[in-house]
Amino acid sequence: MNKNTKSLLSLENISVSFEGFLALNDLNLSLKKGELRAVIGPNGAGKTTFLDVITGKVKPTKGDVFFKGKSLIGRKEHKIARLGVGRKFQSPRVFENLTVKENLEISVSTPKSPLNLINKKIRNDQLDEIEHLMKVINLSKKINSKAGALSHGQKQWLEIAMLLGQKPDLMLVDEPVAGLTDEETDLTADLLKSLSGENTVVVIDHDMEFIRRLDSNVSVLNQGTVLCEGTMDTIQNDKKVIDVYLGRPEE
Amino acid sequence: MEFKNLTLSKKTTFVIWVLIIAFIIAAPSILPVFRLNLLGRYLSLAIVALGVDLIWGFTGLLSLGQGIFFALGGYCAAMYLQITSSSEFPNNIPEFFGLYGVDNLPFFWEPFRSPIFSLFAIWVIPALVAGILGFLVFRNRIKGVYFSILTQAALLVFFNFFNGQQKLINGTNGLKTDVTQLFGQMVGSESIQRMFFWITALLVIAAWFFSKWVVKGRFGNILIGIRDDEPRVRFTGYNPVLFKTIIFSIAGGLAGISGALYTVQSGIVSPQFMTVPFSIEMVIWVAVGGRGTLLGAILGAVLINYAKSLVSEALPASWMFIQGGLFILVVTALPEGVLGWLQGEGPRNLLQKLGLKRKIETYPSLEIKNETEGLKNE
Repeated sequence: MNKNTKSLLSLENISVSFEGFLALNDLNLSLKKGELRAVIGPNGAGKTTFLDVITGKVKPTKGDVFFKGKSLIGRKEHKIARLGVGRKFQSPRVFENLTVKENLEISVSTPKSPLNLINKKIRNDQLDEIEHLMKVINLSKKINSKAGALSHGQKQWLEIAMLLGQKPDLMLVDEPVAGLTDEETDLTADLLKSLSGENTVVVIDHDMEFIRRLDSNVSVLNQGTVLCEGTMDTIQNDKKVIDVYLGRPEE
Repeated sequence: MEFKNLTLSKKTTFVIWVLIIAFIIAAPSILPVFRLNLLGRYLSLAIVALGVDLIWGFTGLLSLGQGIFFALGGYCAAMYLQITSSSEFPNNIPEFFGLYGVDNLPFFWEPFRSPIFSLFAIWVIPALVAGILGFLVFRNRIKGVYFSILTQAALLVFFNFFNGQQKLINGTNGLKTDVTQLFGQMVGSESIQRMFFWITALLVIAAWFFSKWVVKGRFGNILIGIRDDEPRVRFTGYNPVLFKTIIFSIAGGLAGISGALYTVQSGIVSPQFMTVPFSIEMVIWVAVGGRGTLLGAILGAVLINYAKSLVSEALPASWMFIQGGLFILVVTALPEGVLGWLQGEGPRNLLQKLGLKRKIETYPSLEIKNETEGLKNE
């Protein structure tokens, strides 16, 4: 039934309709293990809906999603997350009333049952993992600050660290560099690049310079379907892509 | 750890606890029995308020139906006292059954002959009802205003049901406990009432420690996470339904204990415990005391109720206006509640406005927190 058994993730003929409006229209996409993939597209192309379908937030009207050979359709969000799909949201969504450390504790803790959390202390290897993540995102000095007191860039990085702490097999990263400085953007690109290989990463963004720096395969979405796939150079010279997206002046 | 090393909010909490415990110890010798009994009742209300703080202050579930679990606990206590004090009545069953021509004890009264069953029933039955109700609601992702409306509707269903069951639980008249016997004495007698005061005081402190333990670690952080951003919790691999069901069930159990203690100290349990205003008042106590502070819930419940009885004695009928005004004041001026204000920047800001304290030149967080502590301190 599943022709792409070798791929980590495959979306087959996915359509999503919101009261008649087709947010995704017969979308096909597959990812190999260890791949870094950028997804771009104009506003309303269905990029976020695409992530919603994978993570179980939106149920497609048609089609199927396979992750590690298992269908994800009908599974609850937390079950999909436990299978190994991690998601970073568009605007940074960290728990602002918790400290940086508490945020990371939530992400690294396993098993995720209430009994385990209320009975047991966090394991030492998980504490080491937190310390390691703090170094990666350079927030070691802010460990006991409320996440709400961090700058926008620091929140973005904290959320990426929370994603890493979940140790997902597939990372879905939605606009990781929105609102970051150029320097932070470059660091983020390097970080995401270093993650691929071991991890499979999907990055959604508008920032062309950032996508170019990722040096990965790019899928262009338009009107809920994949318009074109290939390297940055290929898609930049693709006539269809220029027509719908690159050719227009950006806002 | 030395006192001077504690943070400001911990110092405030510590001082308030010393005052509370000193007052509780002194109360039986300085207060007349009538006032002591009132204090005991209000302390028992602090336990239901702790539950409201757990579900609302920490988890963001605004329940307007805590009266259900409060009343269930009260009924369990009253049924035990009635059934074990009914030997001189016809058929050896509580007296009120005679009014409705009931000769056989309804089956669900039987287990309440056992003191051990009754002691467990007081908190297990409300916790189970809350757990089942909560699970059904949370599983369907009903939240926010819809959750509040649903809990209020459930409250009305229970209220009407209990009101109509004369033949089972004496309906609208409720079950009296003050003329029943416990340890060979009248429950309404002074010595038993003093004993209930001490039990209540100890249980308030125990309930506080328990609630503190629940919210202290990662479990409590998940509750806060659910309050602030539930989908994010879900995408991190946690099932919020389980966490919400557990905490709602805990709050139900606390409400049951609270209701039982309130019943034995006020002498009666009736469907009046399940009126809509009473359950809303529980929320007001927590809002005024300080959401998400636990101690604020205790202070709010005790102080507001004490104020209510004092004001009502002096100026009957004015209390509703004062309570409404207090609520509006807190919502507009002290959104964190009185304790939240005390523990935060409130007193400092007030002193500055009055010109009694110099303004600080750096960010407050730099003064208060030592941000370089790092992991090793944990």
